[in-house]
Amino acid sequence: MLRSAWKKLDYYSLIRVTVAVLCSFALASCIIFIFSDTPVAAISKLFFGPLTSQRNFFIVIQTMIPLIFTALAINVIFKSGLFSMAADGAFYTGAVIAAFIGIKIQLPNIIHQFVIILVAALVGGIITSIPAIIREKTGANEFVTSMMLNSVFFFMGIYVVNTYLLDKAAGYASVRFNETASLGNLVKGTQIHYGFLIMIAVLIVVYILIEKTKTGYEIKLVGSNKNFAIYSGINVGRTIIVSQLIGGIVAGIGGSVEMIGMYKRFTWNTPVTYVWDGILINLLSSSKPIFIPLAALFISYIRVGADIMSRATHVDNGIVAIIQAVIIFLVSAERFMYRLKKKKEEKQALLTQQSIEGVAN
Amino acid sequence: MDILFKSEFWFAVIRSTTPVLFATLAANLASKSGIINIAIEGTMLIAALVGVVTSAFTNSLLLGLFFGLLSGVLVTLALSYFSLKLKSNILITGIAINLAASGGTVLALYTITGDKSVSTVLKSAVFPTVNIPILRSIPFVGNILSGHNLLTYVALISVGVIYLLLYKTPLGTRIRAVGESEAAAESVGININKTKTIAIVLSGMFSALGGMFLSMGYLSMFTAGMTSGRGFVALATDAMSGSNPIGGLFSSLIYGFSDSLANYLQNTSIPLQFIQTFPYIFIVVAFTVFSYIKKLKNKAEDSI
Amino acid sequence: MANILEVKDLTKVYPGGILANYNINFSIKEGEIHALVGENGSGKTTLMKMLFGIEEITNGEIYYKGKKVAFESSKDAIKLGIGMVHQHFMLVPSLTVAENLTLGIEKKKGVFIDMKSCISAAEDISSKYNLRIDQYKRVRDISVSMKQKLEILKALYRGAELLILDEPTAVLTPQETEELFEQLLNLKKLGHTIIFISHKLDEIKHLCDRLTILKSGKCMGTYDVDELSQEEISKLMVGRDVVLNYNKEDTNPTKNVLEIKNLTYTDKFGIKKLNNISFNLKNSEVLGIAGIEGNGQNEIVSIITGLLDADSGTVIFTDQDITKIDIGKRRKLGISHVPEDRMMHGCAEGLSVSDNLISNVYKQFTNKINLLDFNEINEYSLKLIKKYDIKCSSPKQAIKGLSGGNIQKAIVAREFSVDTEVIIINQPTRGVDVGAMEFINDKILNMRNLGKSILLVSANLTELLGLSDRIIVLNKGKIVGQIKDLKNVTEEELGLYMLGLKKDSEDQLKEA
Repeated sequence: MLRSAWKKLDYYSLIRVTVAVLCSFALASCIIFIFSDTPVAAISKLFFGPLTSQRNFFIVIQTMIPLIFTALAINVIFKSGLFSMAADGAFYTGAVIAAFIGIKIQLPNIIHQFVIILVAALVGGIITSIPAIIREKTGANEFVTSMMLNSVFFFMGIYVVNTYLLDKAAGYASVRFNETASLGNLVKGTQIHYGFLIMIAVLIVVYILIEKTKTGYEIKLVGSNKNFAIYSGINVGRTIIVSQLIGGIVAGIGGSVEMIGMYKRFTWNTPVTYVWDGILINLLSSSKPIFIPLAALFISYIRVGADIMSRATHVDNGIVAIIQAVIIFLVSAERFMYRLKKKKEEKQALLTQQSIEGVAN
Repeated sequence: MDILFKSEFWFAVIRSTTPVLFATLAANLASKSGIINIAIEGTMLIAALVGVVTSAFTNSLLLGLFFGLLSGVLVTLALSYFSLKLKSNILITGIAINLAASGGTVLALYTITGDKSVSTVLKSAVFPTVNIPILRSIPFVGNILSGHNLLTYVALISVGVIYLLLYKTPLGTRIRAVGESEAAAESVGININKTKTIAIVLSGMFSALGGMFLSMGYLSMFTAGMTSGRGFVALATDAMSGSNPIGGLFSSLIYGFSDSLANYLQNTSIPLQFIQTFPYIFIVVAFTVFSYIKKLKNKAEDSI
Repeated sequence: MANILEVKDLTKVYPGGILANYNINFSIKEGEIHALVGENGSGKTTLMKMLFGIEEITNGEIYYKGKKVAFESSKDAIKLGIGMVHQHFMLVPSLTVAENLTLGIEKKKGVFIDMKSCISAAEDISSKYNLRIDQYKRVRDISVSMKQKLEILKALYRGAELLILDEPTAVLTPQETEELFEQLLNLKKLGHTIIFISHKLDEIKHLCDRLTILKSGKCMGTYDVDELSQEEISKLMVGRDVVLNYNKEDTNPTKNVLEIKNLTYTDKFGIKKLNNISFNLKNSEVLGIAGIEGNGQNEIVSIITGLLDADSGTVIFTDQDITKIDIGKRRKLGISHVPEDRMMHGCAEGLSVSDNLISNVYKQFTNKINLLDFNEINEYSLKLIKKYDIKCSSPKQAIKGLSGGNIQKAIVAREFSVDTEVIIINQPTRGVDVGAMEFINDKILNMRNLGKSILLVSANLTELLGLSDRIIVLNKGKIVGQIKDLKNVTEEELGLYMLGLKKDSEDQLKEA
């Protein structure tokens, strides 16, 4: 599997991504110089902070987990051609469900977690299917409907937490989860939980699903050319819904895993925004599931670096958003560094023609 | 439901509509030229902050307005440059702008004020309210239409102005030509990139006005994330209006109505969060219904 | 006569490394009608796009009226006096004729458009050149020939002295073509120069003074029209004698495999596209459908394949009524289809060659737990690649990297290699290089000889006459003729049917 991944590596793309990343780092450094009294300290914390201690590096790993879940969800959802952001709604609701079942229902260990993740997965699948079904029946664009519905699900989630799960003494947070609603410690001394293993399992399943199965093939075909898929006799509507379901299941699992893996109470009072990171990760990995972990690791790394930086100096970690934005700008610009490729192509075409003529003469 | 008969309610409706109306007009302009401006949300947010900060540091509303507009223009220029000249996917770059805006505004806010969520430390300017002399003496209607913030009237007048621009001027015809058939525009020597850039710069200006209304009219400060998805709502209202500014006014009113309704219902026993979902549900339903009608209409045309 | 236009060593390489024009040299004399001849894919359109400023030049020079010129956009070309009428109309559907005419140079009243002046400008120029148009109608509501007149007027309105017309007669009826020729000769009298791009040799002989021949992106020379015969021109265009006799074994069609009964269909514009069409398709035969584009051929194909529902009528496949059956099931029953627009309906651009080759058989390579057997898929793909001579670097190569001819071969390979009884082929060799064209035609006959039924729709009359066993001609949605004796029919006679000027009797058509 790794060898085929190596072959897929497109050197031109790799150079572009690297240059884009370096540019974004350069810009971020400039901004830090402008905004901070202690720019050098800030910059070193940003870029090297995660490496300064084992604990920091493990934080990178644990931050990576929800990023990978969402990136995988986005990968499958977009693959069928739909531009739906519903993965955030599914993720958040998955977390709410985890809190609800974690607090209100008593179950033995292992079964409790299993039920939580299962229910979150199913509900997540339903949530992401909604914009697709609406699109299928009415033609309404899924970006708009998913964005609106994400807000609706967010408020409903807050309602559930406030009404049923609230710890009145703690202010805004839920009551503690039951003991059994937790993913134990995987690595001692860190917060890395068994969710990491679940993530790996999901990653492998999604990879196999997309690259190796008939369903994955159909999804790719529909996403690549809907007309052709119709012509080939594929049930396009059903295939799209299936892809959304899979994406939603992955996002639901991600949300519930994050909640019971990392938290003892429900404390999220702002909406989740992982879809944007998910889009960036897919951009960096050229939408190939196999490169997603690497891209997610990178994003996670700079996020943690920014956190470390914001705690040590006075530079807000909003700088990460700027770094991400610059990378997106540069990587998605086809013509960025295109001259390199263009000159090579033109030269090649002319050489070929001349050699043909040379042979003819 | 007797608040529907109170003029204060409808006043509030128009007030709530204003930022979304600006955003919708911004979306209309971009869409007519063939561009989907997903970055309206981010642009509004950036302009909201820039207006506040500039007016606070220069003690001038006018300079705040100017730099706010400028920021909107620059942001949208970046968007158009990357998608037109460097051929990036405009949806993706729009998303990047929104990303940069949400993180960047907090970064700037914190650096300037030391506060991560509000700009109350700054003494920023506010656009004045306008009482229209004769209008305000008309019973009921006068209370609804007079006494709004200056920018609200700007928004309402802009509906007419943009309509005239798009349908009665050479520039507008070119924008529509470029949006409908680039090939046709190119065949007569119209500079497509230039026309699209003009449309999108105008779009950026109206996005900026929408953002500045939020922080310098609706409220008198900047709060993190204050656009609350209005930029995305504009995509729905734009689609519903067929990118026609007059239709845009009506579809924006749907949002204004549901938003005000939600505010008024906060005093009732309905749970807060249910109420908070109202604008989004209204828009989703309206958008879905509209799309369905459009689909049926197309089907009817096809099968005659 | 001076040269109004001179082209030296003009070269164009497209992104992706595609060499479209290579070292083109020719010149156009002022006041002549000059033909640019070449097969599809010979580089004609690219050359004209460079002359009009729409495409960037890779190498070479252009001289207009003796001065070297470089175009940044079509605006520069228009300013110099070059005007272009494109093959696919470049008009804005929701704007009126007058608005389209004055687009970009609108008459103004203050800051607003002066519509009255625009309309009178349209009237003036329309009568000056005797090209009748309706200024008030929206472009989406006018006829094809009026659209073309509008396009010509657009160019003239902007002061074009040199007019480039790209395949102008492709969408015109012969009567409209005659009208066009009259107007072009009139323009010539008024001092304009015309470049006439076409591959219809008889029209060129009729209208033009000189011609330049393009083949595979290279210039094969400029000649007086009288110098060469049509055969000689063909030879230079194609490089070898155009083979008119294909290798057709005698076959014995015995049963009706496909029965089409009384199909009618009216499109969304209210035009009756199919008017009670009935015909049969037998085994071991190629049934050709001839007709000017837009006379119902595509509708018949769409109805048979299942993309479109007829308003009334039935489609019967080996005694089974399939009128209501969906596309997927029809494929499974044994109906294959090579679509007209290969990029839109024939392949998935972003996927690999292999992915595209298995789109109708992938279920066979799926095991019980939904997994695809990639070894078998690879083997199958390689087999097809070899058999159909598909030039690619590997089955995993993205199909969009292949040339048009190779993509078409891949589609043909896919459709021909399954268990199929009926193959519907729509414009199999459009935009395909000559080598691939011969290859595909050969494969079509192969399938016929093996007993398959083939429905062939083609605008290439040579191909149609060469491959078909019999031909039915469509005009305005009706079958107006059936031709069985293909050895003795001429293209002219076929043309008469296609124009609706000749019709077979009811009895003659009953046999179809």
